[in-house]
Amino acid sequence: MKSVCFYFQVHQPYRVKRYRIFDVGNDAEYFNDRGESNLNNRKIIEKVARKSYIPTTQLLLELLRRHPEMRISFSFSGVALEQLERHAPEVIELFKQIIDTGRAEVLGETYYHTLAFFYSPAEFESQVTKHRDIIRRLFGARPRVFRNTELSYRNDLGEWADRAGYTGVIAEGWDPILGWRSPNYVYKPKGAANARLLLKNYRLSDDVAFRFSSRDWSEWPLTSEKFAAWIGSAEGDTVNLFMDYETFGEHQWEETGIFNFLEKLPEELAKNPGLDFKTPSEVIATYEPRDEVDMPHIVTWADTDRDLTAWTGNPMQKAAIENIYALENDVHLANDAKLLEDWRKLQTSDHFYYMCTKWFADGDVHAYFSPYESPYDAYIAYMNALSDLRLRVGKRR
Amino acid sequence: MFGWEFPPYNSGGLGVACLGLTKALSELGVEVIFVMPKKLDIKTPWARIVFADDARIDVRAVNSMLKPYVTSRSYTRDGGIYADDLLGEVRRYAALGGAIAREEQFDVIYAHDWLSFGAGIEAKRATGKPLIVHVHATEFDRCGGPSGINREVYEIEKEGMEQADVVIAVSELTKNIIVREYGIRPEKVRVVYNGIDEGTAPSSGGSLPRLRSLKASGYRLVLFLGRVTLQKGPDHFLRAAKRVLDRNPHVLFILSGAGDMDDQVMRLAAELGIGGHVFFTGFLHGADRHEVYKAADLFVMPSVSEPFGITALEAMKLGTPVLISKQSGVAEVVKHALKVDFWDVDEMANKILSVVGYPGLRQALAENAAREAEYLTWAQAAQKVNGIVHELVQ
Repeated sequence: MKSVCFYFQVHQPYRVKRYRIFDVGNDAEYFNDRGESNLNNRKIIEKVARKSYIPTTQLLLELLRRHPEMRISFSFSGVALEQLERHAPEVIELFKQIIDTGRAEVLGETYYHTLAFFYSPAEFESQVTKHRDIIRRLFGARPRVFRNTELSYRNDLGEWADRAGYTGVIAEGWDPILGWRSPNYVYKPKGAANARLLLKNYRLSDDVAFRFSSRDWSEWPLTSEKFAAWIGSAEGDTVNLFMDYETFGEHQWEETGIFNFLEKLPEELAKNPGLDFKTPSEVIATYEPRDEVDMPHIVTWADTDRDLTAWTGNPMQKAAIENIYALENDVHLANDAKLLEDWRKLQTSDHFYYMCTKWFADGDVHAYFSPYESPYDAYIAYMNALSDLRLRVGKRR
Repeated sequence: MFGWEFPPYNSGGLGVACLGLTKALSELGVEVIFVMPKKLDIKTPWARIVFADDARIDVRAVNSMLKPYVTSRSYTRDGGIYADDLLGEVRRYAALGGAIAREEQFDVIYAHDWLSFGAGIEAKRATGKPLIVHVHATEFDRCGGPSGINREVYEIEKEGMEQADVVIAVSELTKNIIVREYGIRPEKVRVVYNGIDEGTAPSSGGSLPRLRSLKASGYRLVLFLGRVTLQKGPDHFLRAAKRVLDRNPHVLFILSGAGDMDDQVMRLAAELGIGGHVFFTGFLHGADRHEVYKAADLFVMPSVSEPFGITALEAMKLGTPVLISKQSGVAEVVKHALKVDFWDVDEMANKILSVVGYPGLRQALAENAAREAEYLTWAQAAQKVNGIVHELVQ
């Protein structure tokens, strides 16, 4: 038997509005853009809910009814959940229904979708705890498998998850690390006693997430039948299909046929008697680890480098991330809940991604997802907001 | 090829563009005969300075008193007499253009901007050869808008574009003006962006030692470099400077260039109370220009209407961060630059203050700008022009 393991990432950051130097000291609301641009977080959450979250979740609920053997999993960032609670509560209700089926697992992550693991262990722990609390409050669930922001992983994350009692961690199945090994097996993270490592099959995942509507792609159009056949012919114990939830209806628009593809997929997979569905926890419980995987350096899902350079590679990103974590002690000493929350919202990894200059000049809109005119505009807004935050910290102390 | 200025005897981007384009064309094996009006005896210096090592370019001088970049205001304000003389010169240049064309062997006629359009038309009339007009700026750009344009200049531009077989525009922005204001069919207008070549670093003149000592004492330098005319937006630069200095007094503003707004901008600096933080250098050449670009922490091009804006590429090439107006052609091709609407003085000030205050921003812009400028070459522009030439010859 071979398993198909789905995990969908649900995340929306609090984008910093166009915040000018002249606003420093006068405006402590960094995320409340109310204009027509893509910096209006409320507008975006409502749009993504309408185009993606609602229709996809309704479809998945229907598919779970039709196919009793079907299993899926989600990772929700805390900042996405709180924005949905406020601006699109119907989505939360649908998520509750899907979790209540008992066939959709919820994974653990950092509440603010941050890279805190690599910058502040204490802050990381706080955010994981806060995430666990919102998952318990909304869904009555407790995450058993951990997924770090941007699938960033290093040996010490595996060790941490092991100590913290998680049964597994999710990471990118990156060839230079795996060598001859396939991502389609369960592995043991180096340094961990009990936890297991689940690796993303990025080729098959990206066929859906990135290439689905690409007419330049030789396999276009991708049918459920064809995709199910590829999964069927893959070697290994488990095919881990990890992707952004927005793939359905937002990154790939409805007109591309993505919903029809998703609707037909379970029945196509069911035609193959050698395939079943499993959640990450079930995969870990079912299959024995084949080998130990050693990742001494950070590996992420991103671009051909699969490292953190998309977030921390240029001088702006380095300065921004150093500056935000440098405030940690002072923010705690200030003892102000709103200040702490704003500081944490500014840690969300998306802010640093918007400052990435790697592909900016290529005009590749797919590589450069950003609501800002340029990485420089992203940086200016961020640093100005941070200047204001620093001022507020100083006043409170 | 008909032009009207050429380095080092140029006062703006046009001469630089003519040099870059002719040189790159000659490298593609295109023989260029460059004709220009100039009352100086330029034979020896031109051949020696510009073409000494390139026998394929031949410079012909026509006696004329034309001045590049006269604005409509400056040639109409003397009661029209000067305007009559100027237009007389244009006609004389045109007639000589026809005569030269009859003597020379060539396949295509090429004219840069309105002062040489007449010569191009006459050459076409005399020989029947196809005509390309290259529009580096229109009357609407020079006047900073449709009010106050000179009708005669407009008519000359329009006739040149109509008579031309192909119109080359330096940007989409300029193409839009050509289509909208001159009624030219869009299919006839091609966009060829300017480039920048590997500059030979001039030997350091050291004539701006004060800049270095000011920098050393902790000031940041923000540079405007261009003609001091309405089109270039020096007044917006000073108003932004005022907003910046209200917040951060450790910034100095260098206004480099000359033009018909010289007196006006000096008065404005005094009125805004920032005279002590603004340095007027006049027009800078060679080593001084190079040095002021390099010394600057930020180059600002706040143009009201800028068909291209080659100075932005010059600054980028030297690794100086740039802030350019969105109303510029160069903003269409350059990614690693800060951009702003010329009228948004607050945003201009916000970006200047950010560059001054955040070293990460300066560093990222400098590194990426220099790298990006490497790809924007005259060779690329010449290749497009060469393609158009070959279409016309066949």
